[in-house]
Amino acid sequence: MSAQLYDTLQTKSIYLPTQAQIQDVRPLTELEKLFTIALPDGLSLNHKPGQFVQVSILGMGEAPISISSSPSRSNGTLEVCIRRVGDLTNAIHRLEPGDPIGLRGPFGHGFPVERMHGKDILFAPGGLGLAPLRSLINQVLDERTNFGRVIILYGARNPAELLFTDELQEWDERQDVELHVAVDHADENWSGNTGVITTLFPKIQVTAPNTVAITCGPPVMYRFVLMELLGLGIRDGNIWLSLERRMKCGVGKCGHCQINNVYVCQEGPSFSYAQIKRLEEAL
Amino acid sequence: MTLKMLPKEVVSDWTELILSDYRLIAPQRVQDRYTFREIDSANQIELDYGTTILPPKKVLLPTHEDLIHFNVAENLVEPVLEDFPVVILGVHTCDMHAISMLDAVFNQDPVDQHYLSRRRNTTLVSIECLSPCSEHSFCKDMGTLSVPEEFDLHLTDLGSTYAVYIGSEKGKKLLDGFNYMLEPTSEDHNLINRVMSKKWSSFPYRLDADVTELPSLMTLGFRSSLWDELGERCLGCGSCTIVCPTCYCFDVRDEVEFSLTTGERARVWDSCQLNQFASVAGGHDFRPKQSDRQRHRFLRKYKYQSIAPGLVGCVGCGRCAESCLVDITPVGVLNQLFRRHSAARKIRQEVLIQ
Repeated sequence: MSAQLYDTLQTKSIYLPTQAQIQDVRPLTELEKLFTIALPDGLSLNHKPGQFVQVSILGMGEAPISISSSPSRSNGTLEVCIRRVGDLTNAIHRLEPGDPIGLRGPFGHGFPVERMHGKDILFAPGGLGLAPLRSLINQVLDERTNFGRVIILYGARNPAELLFTDELQEWDERQDVELHVAVDHADENWSGNTGVITTLFPKIQVTAPNTVAITCGPPVMYRFVLMELLGLGIRDGNIWLSLERRMKCGVGKCGHCQINNVYVCQEGPSFSYAQIKRLEEAL
Repeated sequence: MTLKMLPKEVVSDWTELILSDYRLIAPQRVQDRYTFREIDSANQIELDYGTTILPPKKVLLPTHEDLIHFNVAENLVEPVLEDFPVVILGVHTCDMHAISMLDAVFNQDPVDQHYLSRRRNTTLVSIECLSPCSEHSFCKDMGTLSVPEEFDLHLTDLGSTYAVYIGSEKGKKLLDGFNYMLEPTSEDHNLINRVMSKKWSSFPYRLDADVTELPSLMTLGFRSSLWDELGERCLGCGSCTIVCPTCYCFDVRDEVEFSLTTGERARVWDSCQLNQFASVAGGHDFRPKQSDRQRHRFLRKYKYQSIAPGLVGCVGCGRCAESCLVDITPVGVLNQLFRRHSAARKIRQEVLIQ
């Protein structure tokens, strides 16, 4: 067992980042790149799908980013999919292999993978929401025999914004994965489904009591996807989602991510719908 | 608990002795207000003072504090932990309760070493409040008019002397080598009893509800129109949270020196009342209305931070009311909510009887 990257019992400082190194940079779209980060020798992340790390560049700042790689494929490395939207993420996009990058984490609670064993798994990511769910999708596929059906419904705004297209292709070719992709706005080369993610739901049938659904996407999407999932008869406790919030510390102190009395960085970011349906301001 | 007597004419000798080993922070008069400041001479100290503009939390959780120093060129990071011994002298009991709450927050796993290092090296000398320090304070309602057990030394002003209770080894150390402390006489004990029994009646009760009722009042009042009314008035300036002794929310930002090689990752105070507080990179704001932000502030104080019956996240110091430009006061808000809710309950009861 290798040493933990981040020891919360460390005596130095909970805000001290470990300096890791960019190993590979892969552009995914106009706005998103996938970064493979190599941890310093002998360290491992030991993360669960759905957890996040605090990524930083000295002098630019720090931001919470979900982990995109599966624990089953992390060999001293992790992958994060980052959209450039601000100063820090633009600076990260300028990084090249060999450049240093700061890491803290993993933080929060991930998805309860063991409790999903034996169940049919329905993934419903929207847009950038595929980035955190890819971690769980690949773990499920690497332990395929532990699960029932695997269904993936993925929605993006347009074909150019589809993430991980090579993996989508791979999943599409697998006999043991049911993949449906839709784009809100098609272009002339698009021959697939057109419409928002909810238009994909009529294409599938599920055995509700044996199905676990995991969804991640922009706030506005949750309301509609939840209606579909509940409409299928999936239980509140079997619907999982990941909540996005502003975060500064990752350790339940800074106050930014609080929903009522719940620190998303501590109790989340992965929640079951049963946990948050009565939590005001959650959705 | 050990009691010693400190004659007022030797207080300055005592503080001079403290100054040789510690940074000494004490209330000082600035124009017509008081503020906790580092002092370098005993005559600057005002132990008989009204409430200070900022609470002593600013010593333990500075407005701006370096968490790590870094060197970009060499890719080095170094944590910054302060360990210089500090004495905070003359802390009112409400502020002592607030420090206990901050201790609980930063002691919670994973512990915040930056706060705790400073806290471990801080000696707290509290002072008994004998009369209300502000028209806005409601410490008696909040149960913060007696000192919590975290004090190191606790003073009670008896006129020509201070009664000094020794609460810890740290407090005892502050008296080491100071030879002018007297043993209490029976007359001193009588005087303490007289002063303390006179004290309680000089503080008013100002809340209609009992402190133990506040968490459930907040639950019942979640959808009250009162929040919209507050949202209309509130300017979103954040003063209420800045002056609050139990508010600790912070931002973390990087600052780089002109050389562009070295810099620091710093913690600075933030406020849930400011409009960027709950917004994320894509632009979505999870608490978009000022009424949402005011409600969050009040629910946090009176419900979310309640860790035991009668122990909520407000100590009743009244600083937020003092600093509010549009007169939003906790006493006003809590009493409004209580009256509206009691009225609603009364109507329901009448309906049930019919």
